[in-house]
Amino acid sequence: MAIHVTLNGTAREFPSALTFAQLIDELALAGRRLAVERNGEIVPRSRFGEARLSDGDRIEVVMAVGGG
Amino acid sequence: MNAPDRIAAADVLEVAGKAYRSRLLVGTGKYRDFEETARAIEASGAEIVTVAIRRTNIGQNAGEPNLLDALPPSRYTILPNTAGCYTAEDAVRTLRLARELLDGHALVKLEVLGDAQSLYPNMPETLAAAKTLAAEGFQVMAYCSDDPIMAKQLEDIGCVAVMPLASLIGSGMGILNPWNLQIIIDRVQVPVLVDAGIGTASDAAVAMELGCDGVLMNTAIAKAQDPVRMARAMKLAVEAGREAFRAGRMAKKPYEASASSPEGGLIAPSGSARKKTA
Repeated sequence: MAIHVTLNGTAREFPSALTFAQLIDELALAGRRLAVERNGEIVPRSRFGEARLSDGDRIEVVMAVGGG
Repeated sequence: MNAPDRIAAADVLEVAGKAYRSRLLVGTGKYRDFEETARAIEASGAEIVTVAIRRTNIGQNAGEPNLLDALPPSRYTILPNTAGCYTAEDAVRTLRLARELLDGHALVKLEVLGDAQSLYPNMPETLAAAKTLAAEGFQVMAYCSDDPIMAKQLEDIGCVAVMPLASLIGSGMGILNPWNLQIIIDRVQVPVLVDAGIGTASDAAVAMELGCDGVLMNTAIAKAQDPVRMARAMKLAVEAGREAFRAGRMAKKPYEASASSPEGGLIAPSGSARKKTA
């Protein structure tokens, strides 16, 4: 069943409740140093393989960038 | 720590129990590219390097270079910051993400801004965030106003360093209130680092001569005409200022000159020429 989430502020639809590992693959971000938050809570990288997106999730995927 | 105690200590910058040889901390923003970033930071000699945390650019990042490839965490102590956060809640969320991103790394730079024009720190929100972060085991280096009471409260909360502004972020206006900085340095036990407002090498030297434990800067290096050369200038300025502070400057004598050459032994003893022609 399709799910709707807000990913980095943008509405996205996925055909099924994929895992965070699958999401990262889908976004072509595999192997990059990043961190993920779901509805204000950290999703540890160690749980990417099992934790699944749920309909209505607000997801943030962040990385380190230049700044002072 | 008062000034003599600071001199007596071994001359390393100690933050949260870890010793650093360099007292210059640098930001990573506003450079042309990561190559220039890496070269400037190498020239600065900095060991602690601050980075911002931002959303990944979904869908357009295949092959996009990564800042942490240019500045490997194995070589530098990466100091994630909360630049751009205007509430304690956003700052705390950002640093929780940063800790996850950096494999449990606890040393962070907290800054909670008050308004977009001045980028002046919102101290009530900064204090609230510092409390939450300290309780969660973060080692907080806090950007703050140059108000000695605020700095003291941050220390009491458990911040591992306080970082008062010299002047507005990115302004390059140098140290506007050395007297306030001096009070903070005298009253606070944790390291005091000037963060924001440094414009050129003499500003950094003055901060160190005042007794600051270190200086954090970004724009002064990144927006110099030659960032790599300015990075080296800042390294030398911080070292020179620190050494001048440790050496202890001579007393100022505003109304009394003192010749550096011997007073005796002149070929024409003082006043003799005038006496002959009189």
